[in-house]
Amino acid sequence: MELTGLFFYLVSLLIFGGIYALLCLALNIQWGMGGLFNAGIAGFFGVGAYTSAILTTATSDKHLGGFSMPVPIGLVGAAIVAGLAGWAVARICVRLKSDYLAMASIGIAEILRLVIVNEDWLTNGSLGMSRIPRPLADLATGRMADVVFLGFVWLIVLMVFLASSRLYDSPWGRSLRAIRDNEASASAVGKDVEKFRIQTFVIGCAVMGIAGGLSAHYFRFLSPTATDPLLVTFLVWVMLMAGGSGNNKGAILGALSIWTIWSVTEIFTNRLPPEWATRSSFIRMLLVGLLLQVVLQRFRAGLIPEKSPPVRFADEEPQRDKG
Amino acid sequence: MSEFVNFYLFPALTIGSIYALGAVGISMIFGILRFAHFAHGDLMTVGTYGILAALALFPVNPLLLIPFGMALTIFAALFVDRFFYRPLRDLPTIYTVIASFGIALVFRSLAQLVWGSENQVFSTGVRPPLVLFDTFRVSVLHVQAIVSTAVIAVLLHFFLTATRTGRSMRAVADDPELAEVSGLDTARVVRWTWIIGAALAAIAGAFAALNTSAHPNLGWNLLLPMFAAAILGGIGKPMGAMAGGFIIGMAEELSSYHWIGDSALISPSYKTAVAFVIMIGLLIFKPQGLFKGRLL
Repeated sequence: MELTGLFFYLVSLLIFGGIYALLCLALNIQWGMGGLFNAGIAGFFGVGAYTSAILTTATSDKHLGGFSMPVPIGLVGAAIVAGLAGWAVARICVRLKSDYLAMASIGIAEILRLVIVNEDWLTNGSLGMSRIPRPLADLATGRMADVVFLGFVWLIVLMVFLASSRLYDSPWGRSLRAIRDNEASASAVGKDVEKFRIQTFVIGCAVMGIAGGLSAHYFRFLSPTATDPLLVTFLVWVMLMAGGSGNNKGAILGALSIWTIWSVTEIFTNRLPPEWATRSSFIRMLLVGLLLQVVLQRFRAGLIPEKSPPVRFADEEPQRDKG
Repeated sequence: MSEFVNFYLFPALTIGSIYALGAVGISMIFGILRFAHFAHGDLMTVGTYGILAALALFPVNPLLLIPFGMALTIFAALFVDRFFYRPLRDLPTIYTVIASFGIALVFRSLAQLVWGSENQVFSTGVRPPLVLFDTFRVSVLHVQAIVSTAVIAVLLHFFLTATRTGRSMRAVADDPELAEVSGLDTARVVRWTWIIGAALAAIAGAFAALNTSAHPNLGWNLLLPMFAAAILGGIGKPMGAMAGGFIIGMAEELSSYHWIGDSALISPSYKTAVAFVIMIGLLIFKPQGLFKGRLL
């Protein structure tokens, strides 16, 4: 393969890798830090994608839109709407066993998908929305635009990573992990378990919304297939479990490594004879399902296991200064 | 009136039967093994394709081949329990939920790999409907589904109340610690839970596929209403799950009847949303279900 081709393949790989990294960081906030099972990632991702697309596109008679807002406002809108959807689910389910949250989140993802497919006036149904603008479109044209977009995506990944790492070390994050590890004792010392969980879920969903918005701006076209639960929900779970739940670096590493394996194998399987090429996607799905089982049973800590910041007590202060 | 019965009531009861049979397994697994089994819908798909495979060998009425589907689902369920769920049993149950999520994917991709992802029909041709009282025209399949579900409900009730295994199952669902210290064989109870849940899933899968067509997403698409049915009936209450299945099925189908005016009350494309809305309502107001199930 010629070198420029390889370069642009790498760029597209890293763009989507970055979007998956965002989803993984979001899921890491919900599951890794808060122990909340979100099985409806695709739903929040889809809401974000459509919100940002509707806010930023030019007027079209095929769907709601015509706000022509700048992309960053679209992404903020995506975060707000996805966060609101997450809030509604969390409000109802966080006080119940986590299985119920899984059911409800999968349900809301399904409903959101139904809305996206059926409400033509809003989303142009299964025909999809086109001409979604890219951010910083004036900087470069042609294939170089992808490089600019790559920088934009990873800038957001970096921001979310820093914020999420800060959250992890903060008193808020400590309380959250205390709740995750022992709900009874956390509430015995006066932590409002329900409030913390709702906040966690909402923050995670908002980030998922941003990831959805970014994918819409990347493809410049959006149709309901973007909310495919296989490619969004399942894959993100496998990424986080493999990377190391509870660790933000692990989340990003998991996203990049699983996504690389996923896309590189696609190059090889596409060269198979046609009757096998169609089946190869099922083989990959099968292997992803089995990989999840292996990770759950053997490498539950993931590639980069969670590392809690050291606990310091007041009477140990002098010792710490020496070291 | 006859329009309502022909086009709404009997199809609704049929869908209800399918949900009821699937929800029994979900409710028992949730009650006894304490986790929401996300692969249950895809277990139904496996059963459906097992029957389809048997049909290629023995071209008889697909309903006679249901035992093949049951054998396949029971094997699949016991296999995944042994190798994928049991190793996680000492961890918080949410890990088993994640595992079942992955197993759902494995079942589905296996079905796609072996049988392809196209729609497949069991039997071609139109079967004349049964005509009752000269006005009601009912499809034979609908009668078969509803009658079999009724028979299964009676047998299940007998099994749960009169046999030792059935009574142990109810005991474990009610209070696993107490059941364990009273010396009940928990492993046996778990095994029977899977056998019954998987067998009923195969029957449900068969009727679901006969009602429409067999495709790899068949079971996955039915999962949400079956969860709603299991919660409605109360977790760990098989008979409640049956009732819940019928209620959800009726609510879904009858919501698109033109109760007011000439247009459907709720657009048929939002049928699945009805089950979800009922589920959400239950989780807010009555999470233990209608029949006082466990609140886990």
